[in-house]
Amino acid sequence: MSDILLWIPVVVLLFTSFGLLISRDWRWSLALLALQYFGVFWLVFAHWPLSMAAVKLVTGWMATAALAMTRLGVKLPTPTESAWPQGSLFRVFAAIVVAITAAPLAQGIALSLPEIGLAETWGGMLLIGMGMLHLGMTTRPMWVTVGLLTVLSGFEVLYAAVENSILVAALLAAVNLCLALVGSYLLNVSVAREDTNR
Amino acid sequence: MNAPFIWIILPLGAAALFLLGRSERWSALAGGGFMLFLSVMAAQLPVDTAIGFGSVAFRIDSSLAVLGRRLVISSADQPILVLLYGIAAFWFVGSLATNYAQRLVPFGMAITALLVASLAVEPFLFAALLIEMAVLISIPLLVVPHEVPGRGVIRFLIYQTLAMPFILFSGFLLSGVEASPGDLALVIQATSLLGLGFAFLLAVFPFYTWIPLLTEEAPPYAVGFILLMFSTAGLLMGLNFIDRYTWLRETPLLYDALRLAGILMLTTSGIWAAFQRHLGRLFGYAVIAETGVSLLSLSLSNRAINVELFFLLLFPRALALGIWALSISLVKEKASTLRFNAVRGLARTLPFAVVGIFLAQLSLDGLPLLAGFPIRQAIWEQLSRESLTIAFWFGIGTFGLLIGAIRTAAALVMAPSGKPWSPNETLLQQFLLGTGWAALFLFGIFPQWTQPLLVNLPIMFEHIGR
Repeated sequence: MSDILLWIPVVVLLFTSFGLLISRDWRWSLALLALQYFGVFWLVFAHWPLSMAAVKLVTGWMATAALAMTRLGVKLPTPTESAWPQGSLFRVFAAIVVAITAAPLAQGIALSLPEIGLAETWGGMLLIGMGMLHLGMTTRPMWVTVGLLTVLSGFEVLYAAVENSILVAALLAAVNLCLALVGSYLLNVSVAREDTNR
Repeated sequence: MNAPFIWIILPLGAAALFLLGRSERWSALAGGGFMLFLSVMAAQLPVDTAIGFGSVAFRIDSSLAVLGRRLVISSADQPILVLLYGIAAFWFVGSLATNYAQRLVPFGMAITALLVASLAVEPFLFAALLIEMAVLISIPLLVVPHEVPGRGVIRFLIYQTLAMPFILFSGFLLSGVEASPGDLALVIQATSLLGLGFAFLLAVFPFYTWIPLLTEEAPPYAVGFILLMFSTAGLLMGLNFIDRYTWLRETPLLYDALRLAGILMLTTSGIWAAFQRHLGRLFGYAVIAETGVSLLSLSLSNRAINVELFFLLLFPRALALGIWALSISLVKEKASTLRFNAVRGLARTLPFAVVGIFLAQLSLDGLPLLAGFPIRQAIWEQLSRESLTIAFWFGIGTFGLLIGAIRTAAALVMAPSGKPWSPNETLLQQFLLGTGWAALFLFGIFPQWTQPLLVNLPIMFEHIGR
């Protein structure tokens, strides 16, 4: 695949990961997560055959669907984070810092591990950084799940370049799905408690 | 027929069936019985050897191909299966007394099977993925319905999930290091990632903050099982790394790092334990200290005995943690929380549980006559031969845990004057706890009784165990 074509999903990932950090509406967030998996699929496709790379896309969309179905079925109050970094401005600033930090890191990794291209490294490190930032900002089950899925997506982009075992692909797909189910379970039990209290 | 089918697929299938169970007693007895059956099978059934029944002969193959890779359980792995399934059986039968069997048995069975799969998968690096699956399956055990997930569970999920990418990627880099050991930059990258991965997985200082939080908020009996099984699987995976990579095994820096991490875990958890006012948090700090002691045992320069001591720690640890978890589960049923002010004076109504907590704490502290003493004393002695400073801090950590135990006992026996002694435990609970006390003493006085079980465990490692 042409190098220029590989930078398109990186731009998509930059957009989705920024959006995931800033968005407070779960519908938008999950739509961005689904789009993010498309970017991941594109980058993985550079190293894996289409049938295997498609597993990432299908799994990611299934995980997103599981979270969306659960969230659709529960009524939660509008989120108000109690942690100090609440404002969108702060989130944008933190995301810019992460994106800027990811660039030199990606370049270093791409130099020392030439089998991973610069675009994949950039995309992978960006997702890992943004996911970590997400995890540092919330303790709400759904957003923690989204953060973890983002970190894992970044790792999967990098790892796909160095490992193409079918077993790894299957286990990573299972981990992603289980993570989404765990997120759904945690979301459900939180709501069950609120219903009981009512 | 093959070994991975018997010890991995079969329990995974059984776990799904046990999910349908509606009786606490049936789940505990049948689940415990099945685990015991697998443990006995692991002890008795030879792998890769022809077995004859009259005119019929069959052989249990050691490997099973899965998606182009293999799960392998050889005869060298059988002793660890005996131990892991034995621990699960012990825990499941104990759940009879806690009314938690319906959740613990199916999920615990699946977790045990996945951890066994993590030991069997080839290449062994993929174990990180199977451990992660086990972590995800453990969440419904730790968060019961109608309870808001606390910070401990969320941190447990985050930290354990973060471990997997670090370990997988370090595995890739380590194979590069093997090819070109002179590439210093690659060595540094690989060891940093590996160190971070295991720091997350084993909750090494300073990444252990989730353990006291988790033991404070989650059901004690389930959390005890999870912490014991995951720390054992994580440590075994770490040993696999050391065993597999020669350069890693032969670098003295590794043993210094293990020693530093171990003593930091033991000392800091001991100091924190001395100031705790919550039975659950004390339990958590004891688990952290135990991981620290395991790392210290592996750091000993006498390679002939360090792995042996590591394995000898497992049995007394499982016994003491099991009794402790069972006891605080019973206390939690009576008291609203496990805070000292809520459990004050409970020794008069739950004497068996209170003695169980105290004896388990003392055993893990390594007090004479109890199961933990012989091994802990041997490790301390070896450490003092190598470094008096480390031995001193080992003593400080142990002393902190001992203060925690004494404060626990003081809180539990401090009843208002005139409060009558009226044991509220059921006969079954009294029997299980009484058997536990007796076992703590018996294995302390006769530590050689565990030898037949534990002596062959190091053989599972090709280089460090022989």
